[in-house]
Amino acid sequence: MLELVIVSTLNGVLYGMLLFLMASGLTLIFSMMGVLNFAHASFYMLGAFFGFQLSHWLGFWPAFVIAPLAAGGIGALVERYGLRVVHRHGHVAELLFTFGLTFVVQELVQMVWGKLPVDYRVPPSLDFTAFTVFSTNYPAYKMFELATAIAIFLALLTALTRTRIGLIIQAALTHPNMVAMLGHNVPRIFMLVFGVGTGLAAVAGVIAGPALVTQSDMAALLGPILFVVVVVGGLGSLAGAFIASLLIGLVQTFAVASNASLAGLLGPIMPGAPAVVADLWNVTVAQVAPVMPYLLLVLILILRPVGLLGTRDT
Amino acid sequence: MKRAYLVAALGALALGGMAPAATAADTLKIAYIDPLSGGGASVGEIGLRHFEYLADQLNAKGGVLGMKVEVIGYDSKANPQESLIQVQKAIDAGVRIITQGNSSAVAAAIEDFVAKYNDRNPDKEILYLNYAAVDPSLTNEKCSYWHFRWDASADIKMEALTNYMKTRSNIKKVYLINQDYSFGQSVRSEARKMLTNKRPDIDIVGDEVHPLLKVTDFAPYVAKIKASGADTVITGNWGQDIALLLKAAADAGLQADFYTYYAGGAGGPTAIKQTNLADRVFVVLEGHANVPYAPSQAFEDAFRAKLGGQSVWYPRVVNEVTMLVKAIEEAKSTEPAKIAAKLETMKITVFNGGEGFMRNVDHQFFQPMYIASFGPLTDGARFDEEHTGWGWKTVGKIDTGDTIVPTICKMERPS
Repeated sequence: MLELVIVSTLNGVLYGMLLFLMASGLTLIFSMMGVLNFAHASFYMLGAFFGFQLSHWLGFWPAFVIAPLAAGGIGALVERYGLRVVHRHGHVAELLFTFGLTFVVQELVQMVWGKLPVDYRVPPSLDFTAFTVFSTNYPAYKMFELATAIAIFLALLTALTRTRIGLIIQAALTHPNMVAMLGHNVPRIFMLVFGVGTGLAAVAGVIAGPALVTQSDMAALLGPILFVVVVVGGLGSLAGAFIASLLIGLVQTFAVASNASLAGLLGPIMPGAPAVVADLWNVTVAQVAPVMPYLLLVLILILRPVGLLGTRDT
Repeated sequence: MKRAYLVAALGALALGGMAPAATAADTLKIAYIDPLSGGGASVGEIGLRHFEYLADQLNAKGGVLGMKVEVIGYDSKANPQESLIQVQKAIDAGVRIITQGNSSAVAAAIEDFVAKYNDRNPDKEILYLNYAAVDPSLTNEKCSYWHFRWDASADIKMEALTNYMKTRSNIKKVYLINQDYSFGQSVRSEARKMLTNKRPDIDIVGDEVHPLLKVTDFAPYVAKIKASGADTVITGNWGQDIALLLKAAADAGLQADFYTYYAGGAGGPTAIKQTNLADRVFVVLEGHANVPYAPSQAFEDAFRAKLGGQSVWYPRVVNEVTMLVKAIEEAKSTEPAKIAAKLETMKITVFNGGEGFMRNVDHQFFQPMYIASFGPLTDGARFDEEHTGWGWKTVGKIDTGDTIVPTICKMERPS
């Protein structure tokens, strides 16, 4: 039991940190521009495919640096020449723009790399067992993913709270007009945040690609959960996104590990299922694990619409 | 002006779309409807290559009844609704024979669609050849005259697996993990039922279902299997679900025996080798590369040479195409109704040797089945998988006569 708890915690934290890498950028973009970037997970996918291609040509480590820069660069261009133009026509247009972008990116990826999963492997230098808890091996690559995610979280937190550019970004989140009046180039800040945000999603793609599956539907599999993180964490709150990511990672992993069901819970009190809920009776928590984050989303929206650490309404 | 161009372009498109119908008479078209994107693509794509390879072979010999054979791939996305759209698309393109295999949920939708379509369109019937969807209900309560199945159904496979497991005294604790849809549920309930009958001493320590082709990391599931203390895992997973399960087991160093339906799919062999599970992963199938039968080994050599080392995954596809061609030649017609009448009672020598026959009551094909284990090549076996140096080895063979299971099919036959 203890083994299961420890391994599940490790797995949950790891999944949570991957979510955070993506959600951190998304939440900043959301709160700055007031627009939900549907295409955010597409940059995660681009990161994974760039990472695959570059590690094929140059090796994993150069890819680890170049792929996020390239994806972030594309992100910045999208903001400069796409979103900024569309911005004039209001939020609906922006929303539709990012929505359309997801399909464009998916089709492009399919045209270049095909629809099959690509053979993106863990680099040999990280392909060993880091440590063994009880009898379960924990791969070094997963530790590397974890370390990268934590390092980026700390760097981001420091940059936002301790540097001048961080102060301006924070100010632009709440009072963009005032910041512009003070002589700062707010559009450029937006572009920077968009570029860095999509670059972070690409980092997640580069490191998650070998561990998960790199294929053209990976954005669609992960996209919806990012919005859950952003809403649960609270708009524009980095700490909120961090907590929400870990929460969702852990909830999902532990739900899978659980065998509890209504039958088990209520069995001793009322043996035999009432006819109306017979189907629900024996469903285990593990079976509904994939729905858990969305349940959380619904509950948060009802009980605390600003999110865990948010300060203003969505 | 612009509009004129648009109209012209649309007109050209429409004409282009019509053109193939005009030449349909001298081409035998087979629509292949399977996942060609997403989590099932790794197996769907390889299945398509099998059919294309066989079509090329036939065409090199002058085709069937002098007609060129053409296999057209349609992406089902492993989704029943999407598949029906693709079936309709295929019918609109003049196709009368469709084949499908991956996902029994898709198979059930197509079987139902084809039956209704054929009722509404007499003399324009569609033939549905199923090479891999093994949910037993397809040849039982849902059975249809227009559906033929070449793979052994899930209960035949589980019967074979559990008969073998019965003799393995090292099995004490079994963990079931399956995909959450009709086929996975049927594997799960059959395994439970048969194990309780054949080995009441075995403890079933876990019974898990997970979303179909949506899980990207099986580490949480593997942690749970490990915590349960299971020494044996039974799974019907296919596509990325089996490859990723084996990969996660490899990463965590889970030492257990795996009794599977599809461990041979893309990525599976590599993961087994990585965990060093020599001779501990078993699969139940209708044949494999190392069956000592000269014609199938010669076919295997030629297939691998042409497809860059890809092994023959689906002997049943060869059986299906062989029988389809035989039926067309005997009937001297490509009319689905005439082909079906010939197929119903056909007997052939199957790909890996031995007798196979189509049962006319439910259109289920019966053939010798093998239990194979994966490990270092021994006893002159020549073929490995995915360049691992390891290959399949027969550990049990079930003759055709012993694979026959009863059916409750009450087939409606065209009058």
